[in-house]
Amino acid sequence: MSKTLYDKIWDDHLVHEDNDGTALLYVDRHLVHEVTSPQAFEGLRIQGRQVRKPKLTLAVPDHNVPTTDRSKGISDKQSKIQVDTLRNNCKEFGINLFDVNDKRQGIVHIIGPEQGFTQPGTVIVCGDSHTATHGAFGSLAFGIGTSEVEHVLATQTLIQKKSKNFRVNVNGSLPAGVTSKDVILKIIGTIGTAGGTGYVIEFAGEVIRNLSVEQRMTICNMTIEAGARAGLIAPDDKTIEYFKDRPMSPKGENWTKAVAHWKKLFSDSDAKFDKEVNIDAKDIEPLVTWGTSPQDVSPITGEVPDPEKEKDKDRRTAMYRSLEYMGLKPKMKISDIKVDKIFIGSCTNGRIEDLRLAAKLLKGKKIASDVSAMVVPGSGLVKKQAEEEGIDKVFKNAGFEWREPGCSMCLGMNEDQLSSKERCASTSNRNFEGRQGRGGRTHLVSPGMAVAAAIKGYLADVREIN
Amino acid sequence: MEKFIKLKSIPAHIPLMNIDTDMIIPKQFLKTIKRTGLGKSLFYEMRYDESGKLIDKFILNNDPYSKSKILLAGKNFGCGSSREHAPWALLDFGIRCVISPSFADIFYNNCFNNGILPIIIDEKSIQELSEYFKRKEEIEVDLNEQIILYGNKKLTFDIEPAKKKRLLEGLDNIGLSLKKIPNIEKFENSMNKTKPWI
Repeated sequence: MSKTLYDKIWDDHLVHEDNDGTALLYVDRHLVHEVTSPQAFEGLRIQGRQVRKPKLTLAVPDHNVPTTDRSKGISDKQSKIQVDTLRNNCKEFGINLFDVNDKRQGIVHIIGPEQGFTQPGTVIVCGDSHTATHGAFGSLAFGIGTSEVEHVLATQTLIQKKSKNFRVNVNGSLPAGVTSKDVILKIIGTIGTAGGTGYVIEFAGEVIRNLSVEQRMTICNMTIEAGARAGLIAPDDKTIEYFKDRPMSPKGENWTKAVAHWKKLFSDSDAKFDKEVNIDAKDIEPLVTWGTSPQDVSPITGEVPDPEKEKDKDRRTAMYRSLEYMGLKPKMKISDIKVDKIFIGSCTNGRIEDLRLAAKLLKGKKIASDVSAMVVPGSGLVKKQAEEEGIDKVFKNAGFEWREPGCSMCLGMNEDQLSSKERCASTSNRNFEGRQGRGGRTHLVSPGMAVAAAIKGYLADVREIN
Repeated sequence: MEKFIKLKSIPAHIPLMNIDTDMIIPKQFLKTIKRTGLGKSLFYEMRYDESGKLIDKFILNNDPYSKSKILLAGKNFGCGSSREHAPWALLDFGIRCVISPSFADIFYNNCFNNGILPIIIDEKSIQELSEYFKRKEEIEVDLNEQIILYGNKKLTFDIEPAKKKRLLEGLDNIGLSLKKIPNIEKFENSMNKTKPWI
């Protein structure tokens, strides 16, 4: 019987299935960070339970860590307790930890692939919704709650119901200035933030095939913003090349065996999808969000929408609320929106290719005088690579701050936050109310668009930056 | 985990779609290493002003809704992050049942690990139930019968049998899965042969 990629990975990890379809799924790779794990380890201790396979879990502090000088430790008391708790739990249960001052430390979804811990065809979970990122390598990857983290630690399995199959085809080729961030914003704007609920989405089509693996990660990363359980992209030669010689990649004979397995990971040509959407690349422009939901997208050349034109009453109410929160008026030009801050980073756009693209546009230019801007590399190794290439100097010379790796202003758990009414062009993934700081106003953009906004001081069109 | 069998309460109603987990419990409260104590911070930015004073017009700040055990809300409730702090905060506040036209996937699953019943019903039925919110009258949820009783009317809802059983019996998932260790071992032994690189 023909199968989708999702069907294949699912079947390959089925430990047990009840008559009603409730399944016990094997977890090959488990990522852990400091915020969603303390209660899980505490639960194990209370019940006297062990971690079943400590080697299949990798831990890193990322959400809470300062991005400024770390030599004096973490000054925020509660953050310090969480990071210390993670360290103690990893020691007690024998789990591999990249600690705060380890050069491999970074955002959990960036270090997994970077180390080769993430691998095609595996089931990967983490107590973080952006675990979807790892789907870019053809692994079934999704976020779980803390009770489920505890379940995985104790049993190396997870109780799951199978989702339905959804395929999004992005056809054609991307116009100039349009990146994978714009592609995923376009998809979310098209299907809505609940458009993927109940599904696993496979991304396919010429555009996806032509993207680099890092660009594909941006797409899968934001699949959760469309409500889907996971996002998937079939591995190909680029994927295999990416994993060659990574520290935790298979070696020798195992490499040959693994590659043979990875090459079988694709949806059969006659596989059945429960839902399918086609998007033509030529219809995608550089996008920004204007509201407080990732589906609130507009081309940079467009206007803030008028809620009066919205027929759905609930949606209209939500739009009015968003516009009030964002301090915007209907029909104003998007390019007339003035920004205060620029954030380049996060598991969505904090990789070396993102920084290279931004630096290329920024080289020899300065940020607007009334804007403050920062770059937070996704990992210590991304930071090191960028510094070797002189990218840090380009940013610093332009007026950006060059920070230490972590989640930073994507969710503002550390000191990196917006103040009330401050407006930010951000390469992160969520523009929810209060996400980057109470009252803070977030516009989601690609790294190139963030640079354009930094230079002009307004939301601006990357195609106009030479 | 506390069992969920029947629940009677005057419902509170927050008629917004896409209530995300950042709204339910903002980031600054995720720094805890405990599961309890989050109730006072539930819907923090909607509930308190910037000086930390209660905002009178927010519904959960008013009696009898400050004691509501049932929450009615717009569609796609719980979207966003995987933080289980969201159901922990609801539970700590006293809410054990959320009724919405749809839920985000991770939040929905997290509810069942905390003895919270998420009920999916259509928008029209939510409107009907919201009359009881306005009139400050109780409604009753009966999980075993899969019905919501209001006035002399009732409406039925769907739920997966396995999830229903878990709530009714307050079962510990990990304990149940640990009984399947022989299956897990068999799977691991086979995987060691077919996929030795894992």
